[in-house]
Amino acid sequence: MELLKIQHIEKYYGSKSTLIKAIDDIFFSVNEGEFVAIMGASGSGKTTLLNCISTIDRVSAGHIYLENTDITTLKGKELGAFRREKLGFIFQDFNILDTLTAYENIALALSIQKIPPKTIDEKVKTVAQQLGISHVLEKYPYQMSGGEKQRVACARAIVTDPKLILADEPTGALDSKSSKMLLERFQYLNEMLKATILMVTHDSFTASYASKVIFIKDGKVFHEMNRGSDSRKIFFDKIIDVVTLLGGDINDAD
Amino acid sequence: MLIRLSMRNIRKSLRDYAVYFFTLIIGVSIFYIFNAIGDQTVYMEFSDSKRELVKLLTTTLSGISVFVTCVLGLLIVYANRFLIKRRKKEFAVYLTLGMGKKQISAIILVETLIVGVGSLIAGLALGIGLSQLMSALVANLFEADMTAYKFTVSPDAIIKTVICLAIMYLVVMLFNSIVISHVKLIDLIQADKKSEKIKLKNPILCVIIFIIACLILAVAYYQVGWNYNALTSSRVIACIIAGVIATILIFWSISGLLLRIFMSAKGVYFKNINSFTFRQISSKINTMVVSMSIICLMLFVIICTLSASFSVRNSLNANLTELCPADCQLTYTKYTDDLYSGTESGNIVKLYAKYGYDITEPFSEYVHFPVYSDNKFTFADFLGDELEEIRTQFPYLNYDSGLELVKLSDYNSLMTLYGKEQISMNDDEYILLCDYKSIKAIWEQAMPTEIKIFGHTLSSRYDECQDGFLELSSQHINTGIFIVPDNTVQENGIKRDYLVGNYPGASQAEKASAEKAMLKMQENLLDSFDKSGDEDTFMISTNTKIDIYESTISLGAIITFIGLYIGLVFLITCGAVLALKELSESVDSIGRYEILRKIGVEEKQISKSLLIQTGVFFLLPLLVASVHSIFGMKFAVHTLESIGTDKYFGSVILTGAIIILIYGGYFLVTYFSSKGIINKKR
Repeated sequence: MELLKIQHIEKYYGSKSTLIKAIDDIFFSVNEGEFVAIMGASGSGKTTLLNCISTIDRVSAGHIYLENTDITTLKGKELGAFRREKLGFIFQDFNILDTLTAYENIALALSIQKIPPKTIDEKVKTVAQQLGISHVLEKYPYQMSGGEKQRVACARAIVTDPKLILADEPTGALDSKSSKMLLERFQYLNEMLKATILMVTHDSFTASYASKVIFIKDGKVFHEMNRGSDSRKIFFDKIIDVVTLLGGDINDAD
Repeated sequence: MLIRLSMRNIRKSLRDYAVYFFTLIIGVSIFYIFNAIGDQTVYMEFSDSKRELVKLLTTTLSGISVFVTCVLGLLIVYANRFLIKRRKKEFAVYLTLGMGKKQISAIILVETLIVGVGSLIAGLALGIGLSQLMSALVANLFEADMTAYKFTVSPDAIIKTVICLAIMYLVVMLFNSIVISHVKLIDLIQADKKSEKIKLKNPILCVIIFIIACLILAVAYYQVGWNYNALTSSRVIACIIAGVIATILIFWSISGLLLRIFMSAKGVYFKNINSFTFRQISSKINTMVVSMSIICLMLFVIICTLSASFSVRNSLNANLTELCPADCQLTYTKYTDDLYSGTESGNIVKLYAKYGYDITEPFSEYVHFPVYSDNKFTFADFLGDELEEIRTQFPYLNYDSGLELVKLSDYNSLMTLYGKEQISMNDDEYILLCDYKSIKAIWEQAMPTEIKIFGHTLSSRYDECQDGFLELSSQHINTGIFIVPDNTVQENGIKRDYLVGNYPGASQAEKASAEKAMLKMQENLLDSFDKSGDEDTFMISTNTKIDIYESTISLGAIITFIGLYIGLVFLITCGAVLALKELSESVDSIGRYEILRKIGVEEKQISKSLLIQTGVFFLLPLLVASVHSIFGMKFAVHTLESIGTDKYFGSVILTGAIIILIYGGYFLVTYFSSKGIINKKR
């Protein structure tokens, strides 16, 4: 079943004389329970795309549907409610509040939905268990490693049972060991808890954990690839092939 | 180029400059207003003695202005530090582009100059406008005639303001160039990348410290509020030090304590973004324990100074009607080796008559009476067994001179003149009059059943002292006088001679001319005495209603002005320091609010959180200061009781209104500026 439908969206920046098309007629859809990676070099428009889906930015043209609601028409209060209830965010630089403990950071996502404290406690403990961060719940961000911080951010994103989890370069600030651990968690969330994940990355290794990869170049969809029954290793090689085709710069990007 | 860049920078960061502007404008206008008072009074009708006192006021205010300049200068340095901190990133860009530190200093210099000149002009305009209102206040306080008043601008005050501001700016520039020449590029670039380390205080320790602080305060409060009879100056200092320490301890411990309490109330803590709000508040309080304490203490000083000065002024004026019921009172004291040297020389009317004058002539009505004393009836005799205890408490009182006595009939005729009630008593009774509260307490503590004067035994008609006085004054300063039956005194026991009278006529002018005549006669008497070669030593003291009125009114006005000046400057200092600190916190928190928005927190919630944070930040020191003030005022009321502070309720209300206006103004400016800062798209 289609969860997210992106219909011919465009995004322009700048004035009439210096028009930059960050997104130039992109369309694709994400089914429920899918783990989709969007790949592209820096400047390809992938982060702009994610910002438009997450309603942080507005599209210039086109429509985005989530569960048949056109989110490009949402305004003010509806936007907040939409972000709170339907989406979960994971960012490259973690974006967890440095003044709160891990527990409080995760609980915040629930408390702004006006969920009673007792339920909050249960949910936070469950999700911490699933992501293996029970031991850091009482710690502050400055006492945690990068991997732990990102898993806390991840916990905050999924604790509200969102329809869609959006991840923007989630492994960008992590070392390879932490990256692998985080991605395995993503896979677990996707396979066991049927979470729908849309992840933006420029890293082929990270993308290889997804079930579908969409390649973007110069604001357009360049290629789409399903993993099917391939093992992760074979899928990784296939991705590398496309990346080579795309232009070599993708691996040195950022 | 430099100026264009600077102008653009100012326009761009106008919001950051708002508090800076606000403070400078208010500071400049206050400075102008108080320094212009002298010139504002030119067109007012004053008597000569009042004119002298206005001059005294002007000099005092200029003296205080030096202190005010220092305070405002420090404030501007502080504000500037905030502005520099806010723009580290920008300076980093300039430096990486190869601009020299000197050029950056020059940019800041031009900017501060533009802001300074702008606020100087605005402040002066506001000051000149408000000083016309101030003139009305001056006229009202000095009870002067304002009918000839014209719109006045004081060039002196303008020059003074400009000079002081110039000096302040010189210091600021010096400070800025020192700061800029010491920064490292790497620190500027990484300015916003530092991660916050949360130092969480041990909650149990917080609770213990908080309780200790409260106990210290309770003891200090008790000492100054109730146990004040036992207060010595060293004890007062001890209480103040204890209060300061306790205040610091309270601010040190309160955030940990409150956070712990709120965290245990999970229903509140995990509601909306309350957890975030509480953490923000607690980290803010934690990072500025000392500044918060200083601000709190300053607010305390402001509340006490303002209320006390207003109420002293009110009471002084109210006292006059009650305590000056006649026009003039002459007191004649003759010094001889032997106190009992006969009545002849102790009589003021006879003294004047001896040199050919009639002192009763300037008066339409008068009472002439002596006051007696028996040197076998002293304060020590009166106190009896209580003496030793009281002497240890009040070592400086005079215990060995004879107490003053007045005949009942004399007292009653004086009361007729004063238009007050007569009193009656039996032939073996006495009445003790005293209206000085703390001395009254001593009298009443001892109050023997019987006293002995000139061989007569008298018992007290009442168990306590009665309110009342003989001499005209502006304050309740009668420390005790005994009314005794007429037949008990001996004429050789005269200690002083009084003549109390009213001038003829009803208008001020008639009374003033009568007083002139009376004073002239006094002068003539002294001349005649000098020429006569007589060797008596005596003293005539003159107490007139007109004198007392003028000095009291002017004293009240001077106290009010000084209180207002210092109070207002302290108030804007407190407001500005809090505002700047809160703004720089907001700058540091921009990222946090971005995160909140990203996870779907509504703008309304963010604004509410910001309002609570700013509110608590401003209210907390005010709250602690208010509690301090309740007890501080109790002490002040006690200390100033001879002046009388009965009317202090209205003064407290007025003080509150001033604080709400200025402090509240800072709160609003801060809230809206912070909102602007956190709304800024990165």
